[in-house]
Amino acid sequence: MAKGRPIRGHIAVFLAPALLIYSALMIIPLFGTLTESLMNVTEAGERVFVGLANFATLFGDALWSDAFWNALGNNAWFFVVHMLVQNPIGIALAAILSTPRLRMAAFYRTAIFIPTILSFVIVGFVWKLILSPIWGIAPGMLDMVGLKSLFAPWLGKEEYALTTLALISVWQFIGIPMMLIYAALLSIPDEVIEAAEMDGITGTSQFWKIKLPLILPSIGIISILTFVGNFNAFDLIYVAQGALAGPDFSTDILGTFLYRTFFGFQLQLGDPHMGAAIATAMFFIILTGVCIYLFLIQTRLRRYQF
Amino acid sequence: MQARGSTGRTIAAHAVLITWTLVALFPVFVIVVNSFKSRKAIFADPLSLPMPSNFDLVGYTTVMHQGDFFQYFLNSMIVTVGSLFCVLLFGAMAAFALSEYRFKGNTLLGLYLALGIMIPIRLGTVAILQMMVASGLVNTRTALVLVYSAQGLPLAVFILSEFMRTVSDDLKNAGRIDGLSEYTIFFRLVLPLVRPAMATVAVFTMIPIWNDLWFPLILAPGEEVKTITLGSQVFIGQFVTDWNAVLAALSLAILPVLILYLLFSRQLIRGITAGAVK
Repeated sequence: MAKGRPIRGHIAVFLAPALLIYSALMIIPLFGTLTESLMNVTEAGERVFVGLANFATLFGDALWSDAFWNALGNNAWFFVVHMLVQNPIGIALAAILSTPRLRMAAFYRTAIFIPTILSFVIVGFVWKLILSPIWGIAPGMLDMVGLKSLFAPWLGKEEYALTTLALISVWQFIGIPMMLIYAALLSIPDEVIEAAEMDGITGTSQFWKIKLPLILPSIGIISILTFVGNFNAFDLIYVAQGALAGPDFSTDILGTFLYRTFFGFQLQLGDPHMGAAIATAMFFIILTGVCIYLFLIQTRLRRYQF
Repeated sequence: MQARGSTGRTIAAHAVLITWTLVALFPVFVIVVNSFKSRKAIFADPLSLPMPSNFDLVGYTTVMHQGDFFQYFLNSMIVTVGSLFCVLLFGAMAAFALSEYRFKGNTLLGLYLALGIMIPIRLGTVAILQMMVASGLVNTRTALVLVYSAQGLPLAVFILSEFMRTVSDDLKNAGRIDGLSEYTIFFRLVLPLVRPAMATVAVFTMIPIWNDLWFPLILAPGEEVKTITLGSQVFIGQFVTDWNAVLAALSLAILPVLILYLLFSRQLIRGITAGAVK
């Protein structure tokens, strides 16, 4: 065995490329962004340390803080819709899919996962076209079931646009919770299920009483994945509503806010330092979520060893 | 009685699954079907299949003449394949080092690399762009390959080191006794054995790279280096009123991913169902 040999240069060779690329493009830029958020330029063009002044502007200056809290609130709603719609439906689909001896299970699995592999650009435009009042697919279909009066240009209305986009995102990503829960359900040993059946626990009550407690760790994982994904989202809103996240910023989330701040839009110039401040805020939001998951949720979930 | 109850449940199960399958596939179906129809038919009868009476390829001809889709496609291929190569090779090397050798800081390094699984690389964008500007890599495919490699490495190292722990020690030690170097053991013995895991990692890494809009938009928006995702976004944005062209461009963007997915779907699903349980 190599263990214990005096010269083990090969370990360094094996590790070096991955560590170099990862450190140079992920860790260093991340810390670069964090430090950049503490800097600003003076009118003379000098780069100076300003401490937490950028954050004071972000949270204190009404011009910035209104936009920030709006984006954060929208982002939170975006996440809530995913947790209330995407994950329960995903779990239900997985539970149905895992029915023993279900025919065509592979077909359903493959088909339901298809939206997940499509890019946001495709998803955004496809739904924009379908929901468009000009083309009339959505009103036409509602007409067929006699509900035409319910139709509204959902993406264009301030009160519906964000929820509509969240539901589109749910449509796209439902495959992920479905697959992860499906995998967890399959890994429950047959003996546990058989023992439950012996005790007369079958069907729906079997799901609630036996399977659900066993898959709670996987539900924890899909929740944190959803959280990180949602608070980092950008593409769908950008494609469907543009960088201005219309109508009237009602679909603005942290990702689009960061993009607009960093690169500027229309007449406003980009501001890398305020952009870095927003990215830093996002970093701490995501970090808080991950820590809550790791230290509060994950440690309390009982894991069963089979 | 029992049998009838279970038949009823099976029918209900199929009903739910078919409903969601239709929900999942319908939008894609509508787009692809309508891309083959004439402008009049798109609006008059959006749900009908293309027929000889309304068949029209005008959308595809517009797309072919206007956008440089072949170039975009090539760029996406180069970026994706390049990043995949780096992620798989460097990721496997690091995973081997972490899983095979005991050395000081092993666990710490593993945690350091795992950090990237949870924290999105996008948050470093401000500094990445400054770095790329400083090194003159803006508007090159190299910039994208580097960023995507960093993005893909953490998960690759994590999954691959789990798999490499299962490779038998006896085999590696037999190789060592025969005088093989550590490099030969890695490339000749271990890599072939973890090929299924490599395929899984490849599929996982590929999809977000191919579909990414953020980094191409920021690091490589130039015409010659545009990826197909950015290219179709810009293209469709310009042709909002030309419905034939928009539908054709969307179909062209959907098809390559769809074909790849159908080819690799078994691998992908097996990968998820194997890796997720732990």
